[in-house]
Amino acid sequence: MSAKKLNLKDKYRLLTRDLDWDFSYEDRKDAFPFEEFEGIKITDWDKWEDPFRLTMDAYWKYQAEKEKKLYAIYDAFSQNNGHLNVSDARYVNAIKIFLTAVSPGELAAHSGFAFTGRQMGGIGARIAAQMQSIDELRHIQTQIHAMSHYNKFFDGFDEFSHMHDRVWYISVVKSFFDDARSAGPFEFMVAIGFSFEYVLTNLLFVPFMSGAAYNGDMATVTFGFSAQSDEARHMTLGLEIIKFLLEQHEDNVPIVQKWIDKWLWRGYRILTVVAMMMDYMLPQKVMSWKEAWELYFEQAGGALFKDLERYGIKMPDYTDLIKAEKEHLSHQAWWTFYTNSQATAFHTWIPSDEELDWLSEKYPESFDKYYRPRWELAKEMAEKGERYYNEGLPQLCQTCQIPMIYTDVQNDPRDIVYRSTKYQGERFHFCSDQCQHIFENEPEKYVHAWLPVHQIFQGNCGGPGGLEKVMDYYKLDVGKANMDYVGSPDEERWKNWKGVA
Amino acid sequence: MATQALRADYHGDGKDTEDKFHGAILVYINWDKHLFFYSAKAFPLDPNMPFAAVLEHVIGTHFCQHPEYKNINWDTVEWTLNNEPFMPVMEKSLAENGFDHKCLLRFKTAETSSFEAAGI
Repeated sequence: MSAKKLNLKDKYRLLTRDLDWDFSYEDRKDAFPFEEFEGIKITDWDKWEDPFRLTMDAYWKYQAEKEKKLYAIYDAFSQNNGHLNVSDARYVNAIKIFLTAVSPGELAAHSGFAFTGRQMGGIGARIAAQMQSIDELRHIQTQIHAMSHYNKFFDGFDEFSHMHDRVWYISVVKSFFDDARSAGPFEFMVAIGFSFEYVLTNLLFVPFMSGAAYNGDMATVTFGFSAQSDEARHMTLGLEIIKFLLEQHEDNVPIVQKWIDKWLWRGYRILTVVAMMMDYMLPQKVMSWKEAWELYFEQAGGALFKDLERYGIKMPDYTDLIKAEKEHLSHQAWWTFYTNSQATAFHTWIPSDEELDWLSEKYPESFDKYYRPRWELAKEMAEKGERYYNEGLPQLCQTCQIPMIYTDVQNDPRDIVYRSTKYQGERFHFCSDQCQHIFENEPEKYVHAWLPVHQIFQGNCGGPGGLEKVMDYYKLDVGKANMDYVGSPDEERWKNWKGVA
Repeated sequence: MATQALRADYHGDGKDTEDKFHGAILVYINWDKHLFFYSAKAFPLDPNMPFAAVLEHVIGTHFCQHPEYKNINWDTVEWTLNNEPFMPVMEKSLAENGFDHKCLLRFKTAETSSFEAAGI
């Protein structure tokens, strides 16, 4: 008798839910030891609705097809010297940031979803998380391959993996994912699955990919298209986890609210670098950070939180602050990197007059008053041959690890925000009330923070002996991969290729 | 509040306790309303160092890049230590002046320069 071909419904059941098993001689709790300590109450995993409606065999087939197409385009891009088609070589610095700061996050997400894909008790949730885990691994690989072509022609790409565990500003992203991965499975899902991949993804992923599209970067934009269907799946998983947790038990509501408040803030702080990329690093601008925030968070996020209201979930109370910060964020960030680019793995520059005008137009409330004068001064100094690099090392926020650059935008944007608290007799400093609250909720966790500036002073970054040692420890090619774009080897090569003096 | 942890004995060993800085204490210093310097700066300093030496060798070498630095009238500068009003005694050491590990020293200068409105 020949085997009957399974109908779709049976096949789906067999290859998803039916992959679970009953525990006859072991206690189920021992198999899922992480499931309860966070205080989340699950009453019935069968209520989980599979967000992907995808079986493993179909998953592999789709992904393989996408890979094939993607690598065909990478090959064509490479053979045709695709790097010559970007809008300007300054653009390439945006994807240096992508590779050094964002791509390792994909690997961290891969590891985090592998953890939740093992530790959540429900089979549907486990399979969804496992698929996302494999997606994230695919993403870091395909991103590295997308950018490997640029690595042949531009400085600053080659040591991204070494830098990830060391460099001062990359620690911001690393600590973000370390924080999520060292939480329990449900906090991780709310942190990365929901807050990051659902709520904030349009402000991270989309700006880089549309920046690539606007600036002629065929490799990165093709990667973006190839990842798009994965990202859509990730968003449905993020939404499902939130709905599931909230519907399972009312005691979950305050826990989930606390995690949303924490992780939207932590994610938003990371977006500082995206704001800067959009406003300062793209020779062909897509839209301003302020416009992106309004479109993707204030409008789309507003609608989402309206939907979540019926579960008792509220929009975090700091969104008015973010609204006020949107006038300032990118300018503060680019100034930080511009004046500190003796220690970055990418180049910086003073915006051109046209770019300054664009910024004045996009930021009428803040730019001419606070930020344009800084660039005028920087220009004046550079023209005198006194290009300004900031001496010394910055004070960092204990939670987000970003230098304490954020100012009191709701009162006087010239005043830096200082918050501090004492724990076990030691003083800890924060950039905001939000970062302080996150610390105070889990001080045992954040006292572990590996703050790059303090580590340098302790002699753990190349030993004592000044910043030169630190740059060696970072494997940062000073004068080549960093400092001004103008006069850099990147610029010189670009001009040669383009035949301009 | 405590961390919701898997193990009851979960705890953090501070990465930045005073004993890890080879006899120094960390001092953060900021020149208020001068965002030419994007944040306060961090320094590991010998607590026995007189305040006058900090002014000359630490502040003097790390804030002097600002075009207005040379115009500061130090007699009228307002200081705060950990956000409390503070009057440094120049010849006394940091420790004697009340500086402790991870303290924040801020100074405010009265100026009328064109940088003031922009907070540069």
